[in-house]
Amino acid sequence: MARKVVVLTAIALLSMVAVAFAEANPQVAAAGLNVYFGVVLAAGLAIGIAALGTGIGQGIGLRGAVEGVARNPEASGKITVTMLIGLAMIESLAIYALVVALILLYAYPMAMPIAKMIGLPM
Amino acid sequence: MEHPIFFLTKLLEVLGLGPFAHTYPHVIFTWLIMLLLIIFGWIATKAIQLVPYGGQNLFEAVIDGVENFQVEVMGEHGRVFFPMIATFFIFIFMSNVMGLVPGFFSPTANINTTLACALIVFITTHIVGVKFHGPKYIKHFLGPIWWLAPLMLPIEIIGHLSRVLSLTLRLFGNIMGEDLVLGILLLLAGQFLAPLPMMFLAIFTSFVQAFIFSLLSMLYISGAMEHAH
Repeated sequence: MARKVVVLTAIALLSMVAVAFAEANPQVAAAGLNVYFGVVLAAGLAIGIAALGTGIGQGIGLRGAVEGVARNPEASGKITVTMLIGLAMIESLAIYALVVALILLYAYPMAMPIAKMIGLPM
Repeated sequence: MEHPIFFLTKLLEVLGLGPFAHTYPHVIFTWLIMLLLIIFGWIATKAIQLVPYGGQNLFEAVIDGVENFQVEVMGEHGRVFFPMIATFFIFIFMSNVMGLVPGFFSPTANINTTLACALIVFITTHIVGVKFHGPKYIKHFLGPIWWLAPLMLPIEIIGHLSRVLSLTLRLFGNIMGEDLVLGILLLLAGQFLAPLPMMFLAIFTSFVQAFIFSLLSMLYISGAMEHAH
């Protein structure tokens, strides 16, 4: 019951957004809303899946480092430095996904061609 | 999100350079970092003594640490590149940390600064390769087996170009993402000092990103100096 309320509220909010987008034409509004929906979904999924992969990768790297220190506590300094370097390399993949998500959200790639295609008066 | 307010931008507005200061805050804060580093360096070496004391001690520790690490990674013939690598490390670390102070902006949070640093490293790599090996530098791109060369050449060229991209985006994404998270936390719960734990993490990641950038520069340059496979 609570779930139905949440879903209906979401649909109501999204339709109000569609009204905000529509100038005169409901089909243009629907197309504009689809573009917005796609962009937001893509940005959210991008960073989510990137974080998943990064978490698993860094966890496996960390496991190797901790096992190495457990076997040989004297080499702890070098192992820690190597581990940090590896973690930063893996982290950079998630950062690439974050940059793509931010481009989608804030830099509106291909905004003009899409607007012309769906007929928005821009 | 609203446009943040920077001290130097306000100062330059008073001096009449408003439009320039608003479109290029990263340039202005780069000048600030240059000024700060020159002043620190001058203060530390004003009265050099054999037994270091105070500022000279701190700088000797930093320079010594970076130089030893670099000679460990690059070998003795890499000592020539120490000024460039150390400058990258200190500049990038100072820039990253400056973004944490309210009212200041990290120049490295702008893709132009990081792209400039990455391009310097890329061009240095190739100039060093050509200087050390002459025309035989092309062998670095051809791979170990001669009949795979037409396949290896485009792959190696794309790999080298992706080095520029990865250096740029890694530094830019980390620092801009950090500043963005701090800004959002401030908007969300600023009165409960919510950005503070993130700032501790941000100091650590600032150091790590500066270290990674200089370490990768060392590795690329030493890779261009060594013999091909």
